[in-house]
Amino acid sequence: MSDLLAVEGLVTTFPGRAPETRIPVVDRVDLRVARGEALALVGESGCGKSMTALSILSLVPKPGRVEAGSVRLAGAELRGLPATALRRIRGARIAMIFQEPATSLNPVQRVGAQVMEAIALHERVSGAEARRRALALFEAVGIPDPEARLRAYPHQLSGGLKQRVMISIALAGRPELLIADEPTTALDVTVQAQILALLRALAADTGVAILLITHDLGVVNEIADRVAVMYAGRVVEEGPRASVLGAPRHPYTQGLLRSMPSRARPGERLAEIPGAVPAADAWPPGCRFAPRCAIAMDVCRVREPEATPLAADAAARCHALVTP
Amino acid sequence: METHVVVNVAIAASVAGLVIGVALLRRSRHTREQLGGIGRRRPVATLALALYFAVAVLDSISWRDGAGAAEPRSIVDRWFPADFAERSYSAPLADVEFYGGAPLAHPGAHWLGTDILGRDVLHLALGGARVALLIGGLTSLLAIPLAILLGVVAGWFGGRIDDTVFFLLSTLASIPSLLLLVALVMVLGTGAVQVCIALAVTSWVSFCRVSRAETLKLRELDYVQAARALGASHARILWRHVVPNLMHLVVITFVLTFSQLVLSEAILSWLGVGIDGSWGQMIDQARDELARDPVIGWNLGAASVALFGLILAVNRVGDAVRDVLDPRTLRELQ
Amino acid sequence: MIAYLLRRLVWGAVTILGVLLFLFWLFVLYAQPEDVARRALGEKAPPEAIAQWLVNHGYDRPAVWNPEAPLDTRLFDHLSRMLRFDFGASDADDAPIAARLRSGIGPTLGVTLPLFAIGLPLSLALALGVAFFRDTYIDRLGVVVCVLAMSVSILLYILGGQFLLGKLLRWFPISGFDPDPGLALRFLALPVFVGVLAGLGSDVRFFRTVFLEETGRDYVRTARAKGAGDARVMLRHVLPNAMIPVLSAVSLTIPFLFTGSLLLESFFGIPGLGSITVEAIQNNDFATLRVMVYLGALLFIAVQVATDVAYTWVDPRVRLE
Repeated sequence: MSDLLAVEGLVTTFPGRAPETRIPVVDRVDLRVARGEALALVGESGCGKSMTALSILSLVPKPGRVEAGSVRLAGAELRGLPATALRRIRGARIAMIFQEPATSLNPVQRVGAQVMEAIALHERVSGAEARRRALALFEAVGIPDPEARLRAYPHQLSGGLKQRVMISIALAGRPELLIADEPTTALDVTVQAQILALLRALAADTGVAILLITHDLGVVNEIADRVAVMYAGRVVEEGPRASVLGAPRHPYTQGLLRSMPSRARPGERLAEIPGAVPAADAWPPGCRFAPRCAIAMDVCRVREPEATPLAADAAARCHALVTP
Repeated sequence: METHVVVNVAIAASVAGLVIGVALLRRSRHTREQLGGIGRRRPVATLALALYFAVAVLDSISWRDGAGAAEPRSIVDRWFPADFAERSYSAPLADVEFYGGAPLAHPGAHWLGTDILGRDVLHLALGGARVALLIGGLTSLLAIPLAILLGVVAGWFGGRIDDTVFFLLSTLASIPSLLLLVALVMVLGTGAVQVCIALAVTSWVSFCRVSRAETLKLRELDYVQAARALGASHARILWRHVVPNLMHLVVITFVLTFSQLVLSEAILSWLGVGIDGSWGQMIDQARDELARDPVIGWNLGAASVALFGLILAVNRVGDAVRDVLDPRTLRELQ
Repeated sequence: MIAYLLRRLVWGAVTILGVLLFLFWLFVLYAQPEDVARRALGEKAPPEAIAQWLVNHGYDRPAVWNPEAPLDTRLFDHLSRMLRFDFGASDADDAPIAARLRSGIGPTLGVTLPLFAIGLPLSLALALGVAFFRDTYIDRLGVVVCVLAMSVSILLYILGGQFLLGKLLRWFPISGFDPDPGLALRFLALPVFVGVLAGLGSDVRFFRTVFLEETGRDYVRTARAKGAGDARVMLRHVLPNAMIPVLSAVSLTIPFLFTGSLLLESFFGIPGLGSITVEAIQNNDFATLRVMVYLGALLFIAVQVATDVAYTWVDPRVRLE
């Protein structure tokens, strides 16, 4: 199966505290997204999942930069492309929606104009045509009274509506891949479910592949075909949703699942993973999860585990899988 | 009381104020380690500031030699001979007077020449550092404590108190500062202390505004709310929890205000109501020298370079302080 | 929105009242009347002359409270005359202040308007350019030049400009003024040039910070993710948003314009409001100085209120409140 997106050995760094040092926040990450597939990239905040997403589009904020690795879209390398070529991909072939709909829209521009800009950036269309398309997009993402809403400013819309506008901006260029960075985190619970349902329906209708970044395993369950779990800059487990969520092999994934409130039986004390994610400049040698791991062995503190292939299309990065 | 005693006390109080400020600063969680980094980020500017400061302090410590001596002399004054003055202009390192060529009392000794009254320009330029420190120090000493007190109390208690302070703030802020300065100096009278009071009245507004806005923010924070719930008195909370956590903004405002104060005094000197011995006054006295033929430049040059060097060093260090202590919030507050 | 504008108008009125009360305290209550009279008449003025001067200038009346005629006080006199722009006579030579002001407005506008109309677009354009090249050597060089430029006292800009361009190069007349518009231009060129140059450093640096702050915002990332190029992001997204902080900054610099003009006018011999103020300082003319301070504050408050009106036009969040 040919992959739509193939990320290999991606490294993104930021300057460290000491001068002239750089700290990787994304460390040798491999990801694959097939056409029409939804991959969820899961991890706690600070694990590098958002930076991975921004690295794919070369949108890493300065002073961060992508240091190494390859990002291929339908076989074509994106890294090292000149700015103009990248611009033709952003929005047209890979689109992105962000966590904070409140700040991600231009506050002094009408939302209709922002959608129309996304259309006009990639296609030669008349103003009327762009407007008609924007209207259709608003209808497609379920914005009530779309005609009037085109003329609204962002601050006049609710959080859920703003995120729907963001989604319609992302879909304006008819992308093949939609990167959604925590699209529901800033929203109310009821609105979250609506937005997820919308994303699922859009994926089914348009065949767009989705790379969903989230810390919420509930969201993963709703939408993902495959799951990649990130910890401290690295992908530690990857596989189809059923196997990763149903039979997790990495102790970190297991811990994440046990700490989900919905999985707990009434009256049972919720499990937790002791400690916290180490900061990027304090990653331990060996397995980065070892200090918090209940089954850590001596080797875990010394040598980083390789990715161990499990079933078809699944792998985990843990010494316990090799030497039980 | 004699002038040099007043100045000595003022400088001593400024240095003490600086120490108290640093002590308050060290109590805050933001700043302890970060302040040390400024010297490393801006080594040249920090060194230059330290030099200016050292000269200013050395020039502030003055005493009379026995009962008979006419004028008290500072440590810096003592670097130069007591009878160092010439009759009039002489060029740098010259042996004779600039006009007329009469021999000098100290040939080749005036590194930067002498001014129209025969005073050594290097000596005058060094003396300007003391005035600059006096302007910055005494003004801050007058303005900052009161501004913090009013700002914090207004932000904390709100209501009528806040309305009153806000009214005061917007009234004073709406008078263009140079006009306010001039009006105050005219009414208060000229003199170092009066000018500093006038500068304090124009500059306390920004300190008060920052303190008030930050207090409004801090008031809602959990640990402050917790201290309230535990029954701590208002005064205790303000002193232990609020003031230390806004000191970093006060420091940034201070550094950014300092250069404005010194530049404002230069303008006042130009208008004839500045402080004796300042660089602004040297520039003012030298303004006609560019029209002479041949041009006399060393007097103006020395004062300009000294003033420029100080302001540049303060601006550079100020940038570093702002970057280190607070990259964002200050502009949002103002 | 109407409520917002009303609130700002009330704020303006209250602040004007505050300024008037402050001026009353400073010039009428704090300054000793005998002292003012002596400064106006000279140190050796006979006591009768001083007494007569005090009566002529209304100092024989109660300051704040007159139980017999509540309106016959210096406070009421001060407030009502200032609000009616009835400024009376100068302390120095008894000439009417209002007439002098009218003659000064033209030359002052001749300096300040070009200063504003050239300086603001120039510094905005330079700042946008520097911000566009952020994190390159152009940006770093620009910032260093700005810091150097803003560390130079305006006095040195004036002296240097006059010496270099006026005396050495003889491009402009060193100082003077001619009310004939054609000739005035020749005299105004140098002060305007010096004024623009003196303000450029701090303005460019400030506007650059504003632009850079905006480029860090989330909506800029969205625009990039759409596929917008750098120039488009700067001009279509960053610039309109940056206009909000720029507007408030510009409204705050209006009084500095006044300050700069004061020095420029007095040094270049332009008979404007600034020169009138400087003369008032030199002549101990409290009456004129009080009027100048009042007008300066009035201008500032008017600009603030006008800015608040302009917000409703630049920022839809205020307009549609």
